[in-house]
Amino acid sequence: MEITMEKIADKKTVVHQTNEVNQASKIEVKDVNVWYGDFQAIKGINMNIKPNTVTAFIGPSGCGKSTFLRLFNRMNDYIDTHRMEGKIKINGNNIYKKKVNVEELRKEIGMVFQKPNPFPKSIFENVAYGLKIQGIKDKKFIIERVEKALKQADLWEEVKDNLKKSALALSGGQQQRLCIARTLAVEPSIILMDEPTSALDPISTSKIENLIFELKKKYTIIIVTHNMQQASRISDYTAFFYIGELIEFGKTKKIFTNPEHKRTENYITGRVG
Amino acid sequence: MNSIQKNRFKDRLFMYWGMFATLIGLVLLVVFIGDILIDGLGRIDWSFITNLPSRKPDKSGIYTALIGSIWILILTAFIVIPVGVAAGLYLEEYSKKNWLSGVLEINISNLAGVPSIIYGLLGLEVFVRIMNLGASVLAGSLTLSLLILPIIIVATREAIKAVPKSIQDASYALGASKWHTIWYQILPAAGGGILTGVILALSRAVGETAPLIVVGALAYVPFAPENPMDEFSVLPIQIFNWISRPQHGFIENAAAAIIILLLITFIMNGIAVYFRNKWQKKWK
Repeated sequence: MEITMEKIADKKTVVHQTNEVNQASKIEVKDVNVWYGDFQAIKGINMNIKPNTVTAFIGPSGCGKSTFLRLFNRMNDYIDTHRMEGKIKINGNNIYKKKVNVEELRKEIGMVFQKPNPFPKSIFENVAYGLKIQGIKDKKFIIERVEKALKQADLWEEVKDNLKKSALALSGGQQQRLCIARTLAVEPSIILMDEPTSALDPISTSKIENLIFELKKKYTIIIVTHNMQQASRISDYTAFFYIGELIEFGKTKKIFTNPEHKRTENYITGRVG
Repeated sequence: MNSIQKNRFKDRLFMYWGMFATLIGLVLLVVFIGDILIDGLGRIDWSFITNLPSRKPDKSGIYTALIGSIWILILTAFIVIPVGVAAGLYLEEYSKKNWLSGVLEINISNLAGVPSIIYGLLGLEVFVRIMNLGASVLAGSLTLSLLILPIIIVATREAIKAVPKSIQDASYALGASKWHTIWYQILPAAGGGILTGVILALSRAVGETAPLIVVGALAYVPFAPENPMDEFSVLPIQIFNWISRPQHGFIENAAAAIIILLLITFIMNGIAVYFRNKWQKKWK
């Protein structure tokens, strides 16, 4: 059975009312609370994220920013003790409604993890994986998509002659760009990044930061980072979390030059961890 | 002697004790195998493998028992692999972690320690009598399957646990379903470990005697089994039978059969080690 582009586009109804593929999405968060067993990890968060922006989540370790990020593609669903209240709307559709197909949702909302986590397969297979699991058999289509994704992730020139090589043979920075390419191949509208450069050297980090700058034109990006300079360099908006609460959220420039809360100021100036 | 010398002496002493402890098992095994080889090696020839059992030791062969063992091995593998791997996958990937899964987990580990003769009694009651399978290859295989099922479940779970969580996260984040993730990521990554566990469990099944005696495997079968409902014997039972005979010729036969049985288990363990190493290399 051949699945055509139209059919794939049709499936993208989870977050898109229109059939237009690859249009950046907006996100609305309403009164979200999260518990792990008795422990409340997220406390009453409200937030609106505009399309085609980069939003940085900052805050000390254990403040809930990663938990919060993983709500957007429902990656916390696998944790048995996890319980969530509230609404997260993407383009107006609540992704926590019962009938939402989580697999379809995740095709729309890609994720890049802290440590590069390529599959122990070839470079090509890594990028093609998301298409393969959708049941796409059209070889030409897959080859085109893989090339496009690798170019978007600024990795094509380095690997175009070695697509059959194991992804594990790449350097850490290349692996992380491969993971970004893998995410892009599925053509999401939102990309979540969980400290994507924390395991990389400065040169690889700057490559990825440049990439994020490029990707913003087509995608909505949310990035968790511990690096204040990084947050100020690449993000349009910054959200500061502290022990499960959203302390401050606004334009990055404002947060970094004139924060409203003392706690935010203390954190970004390094006075408190 | 000052305290440094004293400590050095203690260190030496402990090293020699450790060396001795390591060698005990190895030396005993070598002595045993050597003894068996001396007794039995001269007896092994093609006719020993292809002859049917007989009342005369020098005309006796292991053909029926060997074929019986192979039947048991293959049938047990067919029954136990899908069930054991599926159970391991379910417990590791699907079941929620609560008190019930905790109870299940402990009991599966306990089952691995139940004496094999108890499984024989269970097999006799359930498979031979209630299900009316008789003392057949199928009844024997089902019984041995129960016996090694816990081992395979535990091995499967351990192998799955060793698959990096980050790989599974990556798969799910790309929109993969649980089934896709299991099929394309978890099973290929855990395959080596699962296979090793399965082969080691099967090599244990090949050596089992007690449960099959209880189920009703025969010491003397004039014909090799041709289908799963036939009566059968297996190598360990044949060995057991020969050893209990007074004539010296049968003792030689037993030694020769032990060599064949050891060979089978060594080959199986060798295959297990080979797969484990091959898989590990691929993952590094």
